[in-house]
Amino acid sequence: MPLLSVHELTTYYKTLRGYVRAVENVSLDVEKGEALGLAGESGCGKTTVALSLLRLLPSNGEILKGKILYNGKDVVEMSEADLRKEVRWKGISLIFQGAMNALNPLYTIEYQIVEAIRIHEKSVSKKEAKDRVRKLFELVGLDPSRAKNYPHEFSGGMKQRAMIAMALACNPDVLIADEPGTALDVIVQAQVLKLIRSLKEKLNLGVIVISHDLSIISEICEKLAVMYAGNVVEIGDVTKLFTKPLHPYTQGLISAFPNIREEKRKMESIPGSPPNLLNPPSGCRFNPRCKYAMEICRKEEPQLKEVSPSQFVACHLVR
Amino acid sequence: MSEPVVKVENLKKWFPVKVGLVRSLISRRELYVKAVDGVSFAIKEGEIFGLAGESGSGKTTTGRMLVKLIEPTDGKIYFLGKEITRLSDEEVKPLRRQFQIVFQDPYESLNPRMTVGDILSEPLRLLNVVETEDQLESKVREILSDVGLVPPEEFLFRYPHELSGGQRQRVATARAFVVNPKFIVADEPVSMLDASVRAEILKLMLSLIEKYNTSFLYITHDLALSKHVCDKIGIMYLGKLMEVAESEELVNNPLHPYTKALINAVPIPDPTARRGDIVIKGEIPSPINPPSGCRFHTRCPQYIGDICRSKEPEWTNVGKDHLVACHLYK
Repeated sequence: MPLLSVHELTTYYKTLRGYVRAVENVSLDVEKGEALGLAGESGCGKTTVALSLLRLLPSNGEILKGKILYNGKDVVEMSEADLRKEVRWKGISLIFQGAMNALNPLYTIEYQIVEAIRIHEKSVSKKEAKDRVRKLFELVGLDPSRAKNYPHEFSGGMKQRAMIAMALACNPDVLIADEPGTALDVIVQAQVLKLIRSLKEKLNLGVIVISHDLSIISEICEKLAVMYAGNVVEIGDVTKLFTKPLHPYTQGLISAFPNIREEKRKMESIPGSPPNLLNPPSGCRFNPRCKYAMEICRKEEPQLKEVSPSQFVACHLVR
Repeated sequence: MSEPVVKVENLKKWFPVKVGLVRSLISRRELYVKAVDGVSFAIKEGEIFGLAGESGSGKTTTGRMLVKLIEPTDGKIYFLGKEITRLSDEEVKPLRRQFQIVFQDPYESLNPRMTVGDILSEPLRLLNVVETEDQLESKVREILSDVGLVPPEEFLFRYPHELSGGQRQRVATARAFVVNPKFIVADEPVSMLDASVRAEILKLMLSLIEKYNTSFLYITHDLALSKHVCDKIGIMYLGKLMEVAESEELVNNPLHPYTKALINAVPIPDPTARRGDIVIKGEIPSPINPPSGCRFHTRCPQYIGDICRSKEPEWTNVGKDHLVACHLYK
């Protein structure tokens, strides 16, 4: 059984102008020691999936349907108290986007991590928690003697490491990293990605990496799910998706990323922009931008189909 | 050989650091952030010159000095052979038509109270490019269709908040090109945009550069992209240029240890490719008190001894106009 299994997750945001259909029928599995990349443009619902997994949605967000199975229990049905006791931080933890701003500037890093530990594990004493912070610092490659520093005394890369240490504070099984590389310089970014990869192996974590940058995902993940306008359009083995992408959106996205190792070439783009999710296009949501769009694409929503044991695609072109 | 459109020599910008009253009484020493500390390069007509490096390396400051938005502390800027370093605002104004800038964030660089039409007519009016209102309107319409905002009348009366990020950056691009400048600085023009839109904006810029034969300074941290966009790339580190070469030559055959590390750290969108280990550690040191000698020596994996610490490396031309400032190459 997979470590974390999401079935047909559907999350909407209520607004004055109606429901924003942010995530619809998203299904994914994450196994132990495996990293899944969630890719797509801004507004495609990547972060909403992550927030739904922990039930951290803003007050106007609502999970309408679907199951999130973790440890045999459905996160969607759990009470807040159980969530805090069993899932958040201990089971699934999240490295928030923008490490620069995710730490409280008024408290030391140690204080913030100790707080997280003691809220989720009531039996841990302050001293034990502090010792744990030192161990976590070593784990993520920070100098333990700097635990008592304030966030402003850390550089961007160190803050990102501190955020990772914090996420690991209660030994979670699943680590979600929301845009772990953005806002960091390439060298620091490469160091952070390497750290996530090695932690995954060392701690046998299930990892979900959310990123708009396919090159970051290809660096860490074994599996890739490409999202477009709230749907997963293609999911499967990362190498397969990169070498033989079947969905036109996946193809476009991959060719939009320049590779430093290939010959100089003309840039490629996907014309148009993503739809408004208050009123997404009927049929396949990608059809207005798709160069292969057919009659059926405008009418019928394509379902994810298995094209090979580790590649699923939702497109009418694939039969 | 035609004369370069823009040439800078030993350009410097030191920003004074504000210190508290007490400290200023105790110590007379003034502190500076040496954002740009002796940079020289030239950009030819129609050439796209990429300036790449980590944040804090001085790329943006260099770009801003070139379009006279900030005053250099030292050094010289030549524009079409004429020195413009110390010109007063009055003297610069007629030149503004010749050089323009596109900023990074299209959400902040467009006035939210102006319509697209106003945004694009303002430079034409201020710089006296057009004489009549008719000319103005046709010029604005022309540039709108140039940047792919068609039909123009759909966009003339829209406000920035009605546009998507990509469309905004098109407007910002149009605003720079509308006065038909010789030289444009683009400061990370696509880093805020989504991948699929990014390529489109870049394609657009490239076609405009070709159409108007503009010289272009492309400031970026994304080396993978600059390889595909630029003719030439300069790598900056802590206010200094480390290496300058044709873009493909630089990426395929990097010489400076810093350039090598930078290129090695670029993520590759191909899961089958494995890159080498990241050899450099730590982060960029403070520009207030940069390391002596070669600024990279504190992080350099190929440190060869005292010379790196004591002597600043000179430029070495290794052939094919590939310049590198490193003691490894003599």
